Amino acid sequence: MFIRFQIVAIIGSLIYLFIVFEAVRRRKLKEAYALLWVGTGIFFLILSLLWWPITYISPRIGIYYPPASLFLALFVAIFLILLQYSILQSSRSEQIKELSQESGLLRHRVLNLEKKIKQLEERAEKE
Amino acid sequence: MIDNRDICVIVPCYNEGGNIVGVIKDVAAALPGACILVVDDHSCDGTGEIADKTGLAKVVTLPVNLGVGGAVQTGFKYAVRRHYRYAVKFDGDGQHPADQIIDLIRPLEEGWADVVIGSRFLVDDDGGFKSSFFRRMGIAVFRVVNSLLIRQLITDNTSGFRAYNRRSLRFMELHYPAFDYPEPEEVVLLGCNDFRICEVPVKMRERQSGKSSINVKRSFYFMFKVLFSVFMVALRPKIAVMPESEEVK
Repeated sequence: MFIRFQIVAIIGSLIYLFIVFEAVRRRKLKEAYALLWVGTGIFFLILSLLWWPITYISPRIGIYYPPASLFLALFVAIFLILLQYSILQSSRSEQIKELSQESGLLRHRVLNLEKKIKQLEERAEKE
Repeated sequence: MIDNRDICVIVPCYNEGGNIVGVIKDVAAALPGACILVVDDHSCDGTGEIADKTGLAKVVTLPVNLGVGGAVQTGFKYAVRRHYRYAVKFDGDGQHPADQIIDLIRPLEEGWADVVIGSRFLVDDDGGFKSSFFRRMGIAVFRVVNSLLIRQLITDNTSGFRAYNRRSLRFMELHYPAFDYPEPEEVVLLGCNDFRICEVPVKMRERQSGKSSINVKRSFYFMFKVLFSVFMVALRPKIAVMPESEEVK
């Protein structure tokens, strides 16, 4: 009954996976961050191919138009990916703060050392 | 004749305060004159300070935790910028035998390898290596996959006991897979970019103290992640590699 939608879902999943794989292959996306993208792509491809989980589960959760379940699953997947990136962003933000502080402290030490070297050179010249 | 002053032994560590003094002393005794570089990956047990107090090692303390890959790459950068001819990756948990470092350097010095891996599986009793079933399964999987991808049998793709010449060091300084568990991916990266890899038999010890960061759950995650990375590396075009130049230290 939803064969056209199923075909579009399969092609869409394959294109999506191809884009993610190419981004990783071209080093634009690191493998560790691609895992969730690849996982969701494979999940949607399997759902699109099999279809019976969608037709089985949909009426049991109050969805009487099965393709809407696929969209719901897609929203959940996007939410999880966004959450992953928020968690990563929080960690990176903390690291950037640490690095900035270290950089500031090192700069202070270097400037102090340069001042001391200059003073020693001036003293040596006077002698 | 190998001059120990041409060797930089890179010891990446995270919370190895209980092991690091023994490790440094072993390496110093086995290779007098070699540089021992401890890369402290932002430990919280004072590993860096403990290493520094021995007076036998140089210590780089990272301001944030980068993981073993990031720590090792820091060591490579140090070795390249100070023009060392050879670098050895040596674990800070006491498992690697310091007296066998010279066996890893020899093929590099003789010029028939760019990277030498100390393999636990080229000796009859598995090189003293005892591990869980899942780790052994993971090691077997990488042995098959990596050997097929680079068309060369590598028996121990997860060994962290490795030595590099200047050519492979410069490559690793720029392209090292700087994430957790980089060893299998490193083999494929080197093999696919025409570096000569060889293995020598080594006998390793049990971890002296502390605990491994890899448990069963993490093992599955790492295996899946690393397999994915390994296939991606194999699919990429070759990276242009500069010919080795004879720089004087």
